[in-house]
Amino acid sequence: MIWLLDALLAGWLLSAMSGPLGSFIVWRRMAYFGDTLAHSALLGITLGFLLDVQLDVAIILCAVFVALLLASLQRQHLIPSDTLLGLMAHTTLAAGLVTLSLVDNVRIDINAYLFGDLLAVNREDLITMAIGAAIVLAALAKIWRGLLAVTVSEELAQVEGYPVARLRLLFMVLLAVVIAGAMKLVGVLLITALLIIPAAAVRPFSQSPGQMAGFATVMSMIAVAVGLGLSYQFDTPAGPSIVLASALFFVLSQSAYRLVGGR
Amino acid sequence: MATVFSPTLANMTHPLLKLRQVSLTKQGRTLLHSIDLEIKAGEIITLIGPNGAGKSTLLKVALGLIKPSSGQRLSLPNLRIGYMPQKVSLPDTLPINTKTFLSLAKGYQPSELQHVSHRLNISHLLDSPMQTLSGGETQRVLLARALLSKPELLVLDEPVQGLDVSGQSELYHLIANLKDELNCGVLMVSHDLHLVMASTDRVICLNGHICCEGHPQAVQQDPSYLELFGKTMAAHLVPYTHHHDHTHGEHCQHDHGHDHHDHSHDHSHTGES
Repeated sequence: MIWLLDALLAGWLLSAMSGPLGSFIVWRRMAYFGDTLAHSALLGITLGFLLDVQLDVAIILCAVFVALLLASLQRQHLIPSDTLLGLMAHTTLAAGLVTLSLVDNVRIDINAYLFGDLLAVNREDLITMAIGAAIVLAALAKIWRGLLAVTVSEELAQVEGYPVARLRLLFMVLLAVVIAGAMKLVGVLLITALLIIPAAAVRPFSQSPGQMAGFATVMSMIAVAVGLGLSYQFDTPAGPSIVLASALFFVLSQSAYRLVGGR
Repeated sequence: MATVFSPTLANMTHPLLKLRQVSLTKQGRTLLHSIDLEIKAGEIITLIGPNGAGKSTLLKVALGLIKPSSGQRLSLPNLRIGYMPQKVSLPDTLPINTKTFLSLAKGYQPSELQHVSHRLNISHLLDSPMQTLSGGETQRVLLARALLSKPELLVLDEPVQGLDVSGQSELYHLIANLKDELNCGVLMVSHDLHLVMASTDRVICLNGHICCEGHPQAVQQDPSYLELFGKTMAAHLVPYTHHHDHTHGEHCQHDHGHDHHDHSHDHSHTGES
């Protein structure tokens, strides 16, 4: 039973980060970008094993590297962004799987990384996640205004003197940290859902950017609790259960908005 | 000719921004050719030219958003620029009201907001979501954002698009007043010479290269200007050279009601880059 509490706390720590960051992903139309970074996480893990680097650090470094590579490729404008993102997402995932098969002296449960593994969350992870969440939230609070300015208009932000390139890079690093954390809970393939569904669900009820970020966190926390509860009750995989729970809330919020006379 | 830029020389006689022999080539096509441009404090420069003449592109080079293929962009260190783009495309997913949008201006101070929003007649819009504003309202909000960054140089890309004719001359008049108050330089793009004549010091007629430049009256007579815009249009300008004696005081702009009918689609030049 105690492992369930650990999982819940881990999920909530994740929600605290994914609410605001997920909102930015929705605003900046970066859902596929987030997905691509998530897919690269498996490669990060195998490289971490190979080079004997701490896994969370390896995931973050790998995601940031992929993000930078994407940014430089996008600047050429010769390949459309969606093509590039699909290409990178699946190339890194394939590279991760192939590298993994070559590392035969280490036993890794691929399923745990693809779909998340609740039992893998232990006290140590929880402490790491708490520290990570504190750092991410503090950093986000510090760059919030600048990041919002860049989201509203990169040109205006740049002319006014915001450090646009640095803000963008910082955002990617924060995203990478969240992905490293989310991997344990919901796995590579479902991370993006955890980031964007709560934000999308609360959009109709939000009046300001900060409110939307806060609401998204609360909705994500509820989804984590409900998902874990269902998973425990019906013995279903936890990650997918959480994602389904938040999708259910999305449907409910859309219906509610329509009922109260939105669009 | 080389001007040394240093903060201590930042007075009226020294340029805020200077472009030297700037050219821009994109995929083999020359968009800008050997442009020289110099903007001083307290001066309004208007860029005019036909569609595709590179007006907006030149603005972006001046702003430092686009790096020229050759030539130099020199500016005073830490020059504060207020930029009013043609439009901003805000995602519908972002819940943001006008006040929040304005508060993102670098160096924003809450005490300034009331003054600026009163000045531009947008006080009643502060709580409205940005996405619900009309074309003309958006223009004024964008100008307000440019002003809130306390600019030494104002760069305006087609500031009057989406306004009717009386609204246009009001806004040009306002820009001239603001220039005097802030003692800033103004660089703006306009489509028609006749409306800006009264409130501009120098006109630059652009068509990839600088065709002619100088005082608006002089440019109007210039053969290359006439060639570019055609004699009929040039003749059409004459009745408009009178002074803006019909202009009301700054506080009664709303009497014109130009925010009730926004001709944001009347102008075919909005898609230019």
